[in-house]
Amino acid sequence: MKIGSHRTRRGADATRKPTLAVFKLASCDGCQLAILDCEDELLALSGAVEVANFAEASRAIQKGPYDISLVEGSVTTPHDAERIHEIRRQSRTLITIGACATAGGIQALRNFTDVAELARAVYASPDYLSTLSKSTPIVEHVFVDYQLRGCPIDKRQLLEVLTAFLHGRKPAVSTASVCLECKRRGTPCVMVAHGTPCLGPVTQAGCGAICPAYDRGCYACFGPAETANTASVATLWGAMGAAAPDLVRAFRTFNAAAEPFRRESELHERTPG
Amino acid sequence: MKIKVLGNRVADVKLRIYEPPRFFEGLLRGRHFTEAPDITARICGICPVAYQMSAIHAMEAACGVEVDGPIRDLRRLLYCGEWIESHVLHIAMLHAPDFLGYASALDMAKDHPETVTRALQLKKIGNGIVACVGGREIHPVNVRVGGFYRAPAKRDLLGLVPGLEAAHEIARDLLKWVSTFSFPDFETDAEFVALRHPDEYPFNEGRLVSTKGLDIPVADFEKHVIEEHVAHSNALHAHLAERGPYFVGPLARYNINFDRLPAGIRTQASDAGLGSTVKNPFKSIVVRAVEVLYAVEEALRIIRDYEPPVRPFVEVTPRPATGAGCTEAPRGILYHRYRLGPDGLIADARIVPPTSQNQKIIEDDLKRFVEAHLALPDDQLTLRCEQAIRNYDPCISCATHFLKLDVERE
Repeated sequence: MKIGSHRTRRGADATRKPTLAVFKLASCDGCQLAILDCEDELLALSGAVEVANFAEASRAIQKGPYDISLVEGSVTTPHDAERIHEIRRQSRTLITIGACATAGGIQALRNFTDVAELARAVYASPDYLSTLSKSTPIVEHVFVDYQLRGCPIDKRQLLEVLTAFLHGRKPAVSTASVCLECKRRGTPCVMVAHGTPCLGPVTQAGCGAICPAYDRGCYACFGPAETANTASVATLWGAMGAAAPDLVRAFRTFNAAAEPFRRESELHERTPG
Repeated sequence: MKIKVLGNRVADVKLRIYEPPRFFEGLLRGRHFTEAPDITARICGICPVAYQMSAIHAMEAACGVEVDGPIRDLRRLLYCGEWIESHVLHIAMLHAPDFLGYASALDMAKDHPETVTRALQLKKIGNGIVACVGGREIHPVNVRVGGFYRAPAKRDLLGLVPGLEAAHEIARDLLKWVSTFSFPDFETDAEFVALRHPDEYPFNEGRLVSTKGLDIPVADFEKHVIEEHVAHSNALHAHLAERGPYFVGPLARYNINFDRLPAGIRTQASDAGLGSTVKNPFKSIVVRAVEVLYAVEEALRIIRDYEPPVRPFVEVTPRPATGAGCTEAPRGILYHRYRLGPDGLIADARIVPPTSQNQKIIEDDLKRFVEAHLALPDDQLTLRCEQAIRNYDPCISCATHFLKLDVERE
């Protein structure tokens, strides 16, 4: 992929390379690793942008402001709730990468329970910890220019988004469902053909519909698709034998706090057995 | 990092890790036993395969299932991919720049374009294995308790062979290259702990063995390892009961399993200046390169002998029981233990990652290392400390890049 040149928005210095920063909050590092996994494009990328602040990859850290900041992870501590405002102030464009930053991530399972109890399950001295009762996406704290989905993000989509912002155009990222990707790939529907419960119909495309191609149902790591009809999928799952607790768990994974999934899971939590 | 200096003696070193806690062990309670591999993968995006492997082995132990044949081989193959990907990332992108005085691999690439490009190629081949067997590089989707959702066809794996053959040459050159670095004169007499298998270099199976006499089944891990929550860090500190801190990772694996490496690899290790025991943590970068070479050869061997299983998984029926699993993550042993209820739901979970096991050793290393280099100005000392921490390839690599050194000299 050609990453190409850039028109600086400030216009003051047309030869200056745009700067890129990468920040991490509560997360697994997988989405920033996707940047380093662009083995064929990495050196071209570092030619097109000045990597100014990327702690996972470099100890040279330049001061902001940055032209583009990628933010991985969710807000789970008082410290990060402050820090994200400072990151926003330092960023001309702020792009969140991955399910943690855009939906709160797997750690948002805490939102449905008592965080103090969770802390006691893990740590001998929970008093040492400083943590919030909810894991929240970045957009609940500051303005976000673009949200890239996925747990983890797809590196081709990441390159598309970076290229788009560097050229001042809109990223070509589909908001359709995984079903479309299965059709395009020629993968027979696992629900229709094998009776395997699948969240593909309510999940945003972007992964390439990997799970059905590997004979398993989609588990929604890219979060809810636009106009996701979760109730209809829940009915289909019920017909295939899924009970209410199964549905609660299915909607409560890596995008549990995303609105359509949260609502659907809470509905089945109230349904007896 | 906080260092307290009294005269010319280091009184105390504290490595503070304030990674926001995510409470995985708590979140796993009430989840179905089949969900553990996908959920725990999200603990670390750099070694998700390790988390999936430890989780499935623990679940299979709880349910009394043993998996053998091609499924077992595919698990080893998947692990080969992760070792290659993770080790090469660490060697070329993180640690080599420390040795050669660059701020990053991107800076290093300006002077060593060929080396960095080839290392990226090698890393990509490792990722290619994970993507082929696991479905994608980060958080693979194909692993399940009992085996895989879909077994790759022989021709899928054969497609990896040309890349792996190229990888073999790159890995040999990488090993030669890192062996020419200059290594600080520094040794540890720590107790090394790794898995030991009757005839293989370990990935998924074996007993837990140390260089100082420990030899226990994985199920006894918690009888011997004590985890402590200290005020200065969110990462729990582990030590062996009545023995003290211990060292896990490539150096431990190598020291305990040198005789399990194929003769050809042993020769290349020796050509790279390594004996059968390596006690200098700074040489972990060389041992990592040896393990990359091993993983490339092992992957080729597995692919050559592979015949797809009749079914990609064995049926696993949950029962109320407790099971433990321990596998060799790139950075060292990763322990999982689950207690299952009668409904197949997780009642209780315990996860001990390699970094928390190494944390006490890292602090001990830093204390001795700083003491020997107190004359250095603080900025130089910081760089050296970062390099020393990266000997352990901690999952907090990122944190160590903005290591804030706080030296209190009295």
